[in-house]
Formats: sequence, structure tokens, C-alpha cells
Amino acid sequence: MNSKVLKTAQPASKFRSFNFDHSLNTFAAWCLAILWLSPLVYAVWTAFHPSEFETRFDLFAPLTLQNFVQAWNEAPFARYFLNTVILVTGIVAAQFFLCTLAAYAFARFTFPGRNILFTLVLLQLLVMPDILIVQNYQTMRSLGLIDTIAAIGLPYIASGFGIFLLRQTFMTVPKELDEAARIEGCSFLGVLWRVYIPLAKPTYLAYGLVSVSHHWNNFVWPLIVTNSVETRPLTVGLSIFAVTDSGVQWSVINAATLMTSGPLLIAFLLFQRQFVQSFIRAGIK
Amino acid sequence: MRNSAKHQWIYAWLLLSPAMIFLITFTHYPAVQTIISSFFSTGRGRRKSVFIGWDNYDTLLLDEVFWKVLVNNFWYAVWTIPLSIILSLAMALWVNDKLRGRSFLRMAYFTPTVLPLIAVANIWLFFYTPGFGLIDQIRGLFGFAEQNWMGSPDTALYSMIAVAIWKEAGFFMIFYLAALQTIPPSLREAASIEGASKFYYFRRVAFPLLMPTTLFVSINAVINSFRLVDHIFVMTEGGPNNSSSLLLFYIYEVAFDYWDTAYAATLTVVMLVILTTVAIGQFFFLDKKVHYK
Repeated sequence: MNSKVLKTAQPASKFRSFNFDHSLNTFAAWCLAILWLSPLVYAVWTAFHPSEFETRFDLFAPLTLQNFVQAWNEAPFARYFLNTVILVTGIVAAQFFLCTLAAYAFARFTFPGRNILFTLVLLQLLVMPDILIVQNYQTMRSLGLIDTIAAIGLPYIASGFGIFLLRQTFMTVPKELDEAARIEGCSFLGVLWRVYIPLAKPTYLAYGLVSVSHHWNNFVWPLIVTNSVETRPLTVGLSIFAVTDSGVQWSVINAATLMTSGPLLIAFLLFQRQFVQSFIRAGIK
Repeated sequence: MRNSAKHQWIYAWLLLSPAMIFLITFTHYPAVQTIISSFFSTGRGRRKSVFIGWDNYDTLLLDEVFWKVLVNNFWYAVWTIPLSIILSLAMALWVNDKLRGRSFLRMAYFTPTVLPLIAVANIWLFFYTPGFGLIDQIRGLFGFAEQNWMGSPDTALYSMIAVAIWKEAGFFMIFYLAALQTIPPSLREAASIEGASKFYYFRRVAFPLLMPTTLFVSINAVINSFRLVDHIFVMTEGGPNNSSSLLLFYIYEVAFDYWDTAYAATLTVVMLVILTTVAIGQFFFLDKKVHYK
């Protein structure tokens, strides 16, 4: 709004000199955007055309869904989808639960050891489970959890990032609201449920989206702890498919690639405005 | 009064304990245990794992692959961190400016972040294919010769670097975008009334205000330069001759291909030490330049 007013208020001569700069910027921005989208565009091209058009770009090439059908039939993608959906919903639900309780404690209670515990939480931003694969594998083995979906998710559910983010949001809630609810007879958990959580909705949305995309895409740890069709998530399934099918049918591999990232991509394209907005409102900066 | 304070802290501990149990089990315990295991030998079959002091570290110092991987990881970090930060800042400035088609631009920049790295690695694999891959086809139009991007030791690592930058820049853009939108427009108006150029405004006003974001993003970029190795599994498997292997990929190989867990733990300790040092250093170095509101 403000910048619109500013633009019309600028004198004409200045506007012209700005224009060159502006169009140069537009040009550069678009070049980068095209470069950034090209892998996806290329994947869409090959996936929807017969394999002889992998490297021939003909506008009138016949469209086909055969590549998707072939990919779907050659590997148990339905099962992989189910595994990934179970994994991601489980992780996000557990993260919301654990992180909310912990963040509430850090934001509104004073207790001995608070600073030390919070430092321990922040430490996880640096020392992520992603790099502790050797030891976590041993832990999972002694718990008898190798090759289960739970083993993929467990190291991530107490998320330092989530606790930190929610704590920051909870601290912005005015104390008066908290006290008013307390006087009305709300318990500690009642205040959390009725005051804090509703006010932190944008943070939950932003964090939820980051978490979903992170765990949908995670690869190394699931590769290590799973070794059967019943537990493998999409990413691991896809990597196995792309290797075994070394007849290099690019169009089929690309169809599988699009299939595995499709739901996330569509969800993002539909919600991208809300996504960016919730990030901004959550004050992640 | 005392009673209620005590009541409070018991309550707080109860709220914290579920998260802390998982945090300690899967982050702090394994980190400490990794350091301990690095002083033991790998138990194989009947042979129990025994204390061997610094032996694993001696092996490490003489391990050529380790040094190679470390140097690779250094270059990987040196290229991906600054380039992805600069690009993400440019992206955020462009999207924040009222450029034509900004929602398309935002979508284009951000899309790689949503795609699984392992999946897009397949697409990039094809781009890099010698001869009939897309890059070589375009180069062919200009009369350049074929180039085996992933198969030659000179270019394999750089091929991986390009993919990593492409993947993470859009994610960092979101953080810059969020920060840019909190800068009050009155600052820009004031600067333009004073006759400050756009570049001057950016350098003296916007950029300093973005410093906390830059600190946050750069720490994330450092961590990513050790963590983002998914594409290597699909594209080069570290080859040729370890020229594109990174530390985490080597740890994976040692732990789960050769099953030498003690040595893998030693390598993990190196990673932990590097990460901690860089993060602390960065924090103190950049902290001085950060203007907190």
C-alpha cells in the first residue's frame, strides 16, 4: 500500500532512470526463475511423453500417461505412499504434542535448571539426529525397532526447532490474557489449550509445513533403518526403483519422481500464499 | 507462596519430561556415546569391542580417504554457503520488490525446497549425462565438446554443489522475505527523500537490519553443507575415486557398508567438533555485527 503511494509520488524524471534498473532486475529475476524451474519442467516433459521424446523437444509430441502406469506397476508405490503418510502424520502429531508442552514450560514457568535445559534443547539445532546415524542405529537395534516405521520417526519427534519456535510465539502472548483466564478458573493446561494454542496457529501452520516437507523428503536415516517394502517410505522406494531399473528409461523414472513428489508439490502450489504468510506472521526471522 | 513456587516447578518438569526423554535418548545420549565408542574397537562376532585409546584417531590421521573427503567437504561448504545466501537474498529482494509476476517468481524459487532431493537427483542425473544430457545438448549448440560431468574427478564435486545450491536457496529466501516485510516502509521513504540511491539504502539500511536473519541462515547453511548428501547416493556414490564424497556419506559407507562402527563413530566426532567450532565462531563473529531490535 505504502510503496504504491510512493511510486506515484515520485517525480517523472526519477521514475525513468529507475526504470532501466527495474527492467534489468526483472530480466535477471526471470532468468533465475526459469533456470530454477527447468529441472521440474523437464521432468514433466519426459513423464508425459513417450520415451523417444526424452531428448527431442517437439511441441506436437503425443501425450501419454503410460510412463506413470508402468512406474506404478513396477514397484509397490501404493505401499510406499501409505508408509510415508503414516510416518509423516505420526511425526507431526507427536512433534506438536511434545513441543507444545515443552515450549509452554519454557515460556511461562520459572523452575530450577531452566537455562541448562533450554541450552540442551537448542543444542539439537546443531547436533541433529541426521548426523548421529551410527549410534541411533545401535539404539534402535537394542530396542528391537529396526525395520519399523516408528524407528524412522522416533529420533525426530522431540524437535529442538519446534520447541524453540513455539516458545518464541508463546512468549509474545500478553501475560494479562493468561492471568485473566487463570482468574476465571482455568487450570494450567486449560490456559494452554484456550489461550496459547489458538494464538499460535500461524506458527503451528508454518512449522507443520516445514516438518511435513522435511520428513516426506528425508532419505538417509530411513534408508538405514528400513529394509522391507512394508516400512520403506517413498524416498527410499524411489531410490531402489531408479537403480534396479537401470535400463535407463528416463521417462519412467521421471514419472515415478513426479509421482513421489506430486502430493507435496500440489499442496504447496495451492497453499503457497498461506505458507509464506504464516512464515511471516510466525515471525521466523 | 513458597509452596506455589514449588508447585510451579514440579508442573514445569512434568510438562518438559516427555520431550526431554526423547531429546536425550536420540540426541544427547548418542552424541556422548559416539565420543565414547571412538575410543573402542569395533566388536565383530566373538571378538568383543575393547578399549584402544587413540588408535582410531591414529587410523584417521593416516586415512587418505578421510582427508580427501574432508577437503571435498571444505570446498562444498565454501561454495554452497555464500552462493546460496547471496542468491536467496537476491531472490527475496526481487520477490519483495513489485516486479512483474512476483508470485510466479516466488513459486519458481521455492519449488526445489519442496521436492525430495533424492527425487530431483534423478532429474539432475539426466541433465549431467554426457552427450545426450540437457547440459551437453545446449553446449553442443555452441560447438562445445561432450563433458562427463559426474564421471570426471574435476567436475563431479561441482556438479553436486550446483544441485545443493539449487535445492536450498529458495528455503533461505523465505526467511529473508519474512524479515524484509518487517522493515517499516517509512525507512525507505525517508531514504528516498534524502536522495539515497537504492543500492545505498540496501547497503546502509536494509542489510544491517537483516543481519540476525543472515546469522540464522548462515548457521543453517553450514549445517546443511554437512547434512545434504542425499543426491550423492543417487548421482555419484562418492565417485569417481571419492572425488565427490562428503563426510556424512563416508560415515554412512564406513558404518553400513563396511560395518566398522567404531571408526564411523570417530568420523562422527570429527563432524561434531567441526560443527561446534564453526557455529561458535560464527556466533561470536557475526554477533558483533548483528543489530538486535
